[in-house]
Amino acid sequence: MTRIRFQQSLDDLKENLLVMAGLAEQAIQRAIEAYRVRDLSICDLVSRSEIAINRLERDIDQAALDLLAMEQPMAIDLRFILAVIKINADLERVGDAAKSISDRVRNMDQMAVADLPVDIPRMASLATDMVRRCLQSFIEADPEMARTVLTMDDAVDAMNRAAYKALTKVMAEQGHIAPQALNALMICRSLERVADHATNIAEDVIFWVKGADVRHHKIAGGGRDPQAGR
Amino acid sequence: MAKGNKIRERMRAVTDHAATGLAVLSTLLVVAPLVAIFVYLVYKGASSLNLAFFTELPKPEGETGGGMANAILGSGVLLGVASCIGIPIGIGGGIFLAEFGRGTKLANAIRFTADVLNGVPSIVMGVAAYALIVKPQNHIIPFSGHFSAFSGGVALGIMMIPTVCRTTEEMLLMVPHAVREAALALGVPNWRSVLSITVKTASPGIITGCMLAFARVAGETAPLIFTALGNQFWSASLDRPIAALPLQIYVYALSPYDDLHRLAWGGALVLIVLIVLAVSLVRFVAGRGVLKGAS
Amino acid sequence: MGVGIEVTNLNAWYGANHTLQDINLNIPANHATALIGPSGCGKSTFVRCLNRMHETNPIARVTGTVRIGDLDIYEDAKPVEIRRRVGMVFQRPNPFPTMSIYDNVAAGLKLNGYHNRRVLDEIVEKSLKNSALWDEVKDDLKKKSGASLSGGQQQRLCIARALAVDPEVLLMDEPASALDPVSTSKIEDLIFQLKTQYTIVIVTHNMQQAARVAEKTGFFLNGRMVEFDSTHKIFTNPSDKRTEDYITGRFG
Repeated sequence: MTRIRFQQSLDDLKENLLVMAGLAEQAIQRAIEAYRVRDLSICDLVSRSEIAINRLERDIDQAALDLLAMEQPMAIDLRFILAVIKINADLERVGDAAKSISDRVRNMDQMAVADLPVDIPRMASLATDMVRRCLQSFIEADPEMARTVLTMDDAVDAMNRAAYKALTKVMAEQGHIAPQALNALMICRSLERVADHATNIAEDVIFWVKGADVRHHKIAGGGRDPQAGR
Repeated sequence: MAKGNKIRERMRAVTDHAATGLAVLSTLLVVAPLVAIFVYLVYKGASSLNLAFFTELPKPEGETGGGMANAILGSGVLLGVASCIGIPIGIGGGIFLAEFGRGTKLANAIRFTADVLNGVPSIVMGVAAYALIVKPQNHIIPFSGHFSAFSGGVALGIMMIPTVCRTTEEMLLMVPHAVREAALALGVPNWRSVLSITVKTASPGIITGCMLAFARVAGETAPLIFTALGNQFWSASLDRPIAALPLQIYVYALSPYDDLHRLAWGGALVLIVLIVLAVSLVRFVAGRGVLKGAS
Repeated sequence: MGVGIEVTNLNAWYGANHTLQDINLNIPANHATALIGPSGCGKSTFVRCLNRMHETNPIARVTGTVRIGDLDIYEDAKPVEIRRRVGMVFQRPNPFPTMSIYDNVAAGLKLNGYHNRRVLDEIVEKSLKNSALWDEVKDDLKKKSGASLSGGQQQRLCIARALAVDPEVLLMDEPASALDPVSTSKIEDLIFQLKTQYTIVIVTHNMQQAARVAEKTGFFLNGRMVEFDSTHKIFTNPSDKRTEDYITGRFG
C-alpha cells in the first residue's frame, strides 16, 4: 500500500474531529443538565469548553486545507475531507447552541420556576440521541445509521412547532411568566438547531461514504425522503 | 582519520595528473609522425612545385623540367569514375541494410560480403578488375580487352563500396527512432520518410563516410598497375590508359633519374594537399546548407 | 470538424504478449477523452492502434474493429491514409532536426506532394496560430531550425505540424510529461481550444491533467479497460474499486 503518510494524515484528521465531536456532545449534555438542575457551575464548564471547541475548529480546518493543497485527494479521500470540513462547522455550531442554552439557564436563574407546557427534557434527549447517532455513523462510516438520523429530525421539528404554539399562548395569556416562557422558547429553538446540525452531519456522512448528495431531498408533505441517494 | 584522507587525496591527484600526462603523450606520439611526414614532404617537394609542374607533361627521360599535369588530371578522372560507382552503390546498400532489410538473411549476407571486400588487398582488387575488364574480349563489358581508365575507376570504385556502405548504415541507425515515427505519423509513406527525413538527417555522417572512402582510394597505387596502367601524355578518355598521381610517383621514385625523383616528391606533396582540399571543399559546401542551431 | 471513434472488441499482441484485451469504447466527437492507468497497462498501445502506428513494429498484430467516423480503419483504408486523418503528438517533442520551423510545419504536406507556395504559407500560418506558437516564431520561420526552440515550443511545433495536414482526430501520448508547469498549462489551454475543431484523445498519467482537460476518462489496467465514464464521475465517485485505488494512489 502506498501513500502511508497521507493515510496517516487522514486518520489524524478523523481523530481530531472525533475529539471535537466529543467536546460538542459533552457541551450539549452539560447545558441540558444545567437546565435540569439549575446549577450555574455547570454553565461555567460549558463556557470553557466553548473556547476549546473554537480552537479545534480552526485547527481542523487548517489541517483539511493543507491536505487538499498538498495531497491532491481524489474520489473518496476528497469526499472525506470535504465532509470533515462541513461536519467541523456543524459541530462548532452545536457548541454554540450549547452555550446559548447555558446562557438561557443563567438568565432564568433569577426568575421563579414556572410550570410550562413543554417537555424540554424529552426534546433534549431526542436531540442528543440524534447527535450521538450521527457521530457514531461517522466513526463507523455507516450510511444506514446516518439515514435513521434523517428520519428523526421530523419529530424534533414537530415538537418545536408545538412548543412555539404553546409558549406563545402562555406569553399572551400569562404575562407574569412571559420571561420564563421566552427563555424556554429560545432553548427549544437551540435544541431544534442541534437536531438540524445532527441531520447535516448525517447527510455529510452519506455523501462521504456513498458519493450521493442527499441534501434537501424533501418529498411532498414536508417529510424527508429516506430513499434519496440510494 | 583526517591524515589518511589527505594521503588518499594526494594519491588521487597524482594519479589524475599521470593519466592526463599519458593521454597527452599518446596524442603527441600519434600526431608526431603525421606532422613529421608532412614537414618532410614540404621540405623535399616544395622546391619542385612551379607552374610547369601543374601544366606540363613529363619530359622524356634524361631531360630536365616538365610536370605531372596529366597525372593530376588522370587521378581526377579515375576518382570521378570510382565515386560514380562506389558512392551510389554504397549508399544504396547502407540504406537497405539500415532501413529495409533489418534482420533479414540477405542483409546479413550483404554486411558480411562488405566486410570481406574491405579486407581484400588492393593489389588483388587490381587483378580482379584486370580479369573482369581488361582481359576479356567481348562486347558485353564496356571498354574491355585493353588497359583503360574505366577499369581503374571500377577497381577503385569497388574498394570504396564497403566503407561508404557501412558508414551509411551506422549513421542511419543513429537517427533517433522518434524522428522516423514523427514522419510516419504524418502519413508519409515509408520510402519517402527514409529518403527525405532519415537520410537527410544522417547526411553529414554519410558525407563523411564518402569522404573517408574517397581519401583512401585517392592514394591507392596497386589496383591501377594492371588497369589504368599509366600514360605519358594527356588523356581523359575512359577507353585508354590514363596517368594517375600515385602511379606516377611510384614509377618516378623507382627510376634512376634525380629529376624524376624531384618530381615524385612534388607529386606526393600535391597528392596530400589535393586530398585535404577536396575533403574541405565538400565539408564547406555541405555545411552551407545547415541552418542556425540545427544538429 | 472532429469525428467520433468506435472501438469494438479490440485485441492487440506484440509477438506473444497479449497487450490489449477486448477493448470496447466510444470516443465522442469534438471532445477531449483522457486515458489513464499505470505504466504498462496498454493505454499507449491502444492509442497507437487508432492510427495504425503500432504496425510499425513488425511483431504487432491486431484483431477487432476501429471505426473513425464511418470508416473501418483496418478494412477500408491503408495505414498511410489513416495517419493523414489521425494525427499524433508524442511524449518527447520530435521536430525534424534538419528542417526550419516553416519546413517542419509544412513537412506533412510537402512530403505528400503539395508544393503550392501560397497555400503552404497560409496553412503554416494557420497551424502555428492554432497551436499558439505563431507570435513567438513568426519572424524566424525559415531561419531557425525546429530543434533550436525550447521544449515547450518544440511540442507546440509538433502540434502545429500535426494540425497542418488537417486531421479529424488528434492523438496525444503524454504530450506534456517532458515539459515544465508553465508549458504544460499552455498545452492544456491549447487542448481546450482545439477540442472545438478536433476529436482529441490524450494519454496521461498525470491525473490532475486528465481532470483539467477531458470530458470523459477511461481507466486502463493490465490491458483491459476497467471503467470509462465522465471525468467528473471517475474522479469524485468511480464505480470500480480498482479505479478508486488507482486514483487515490493506494494502488498495489
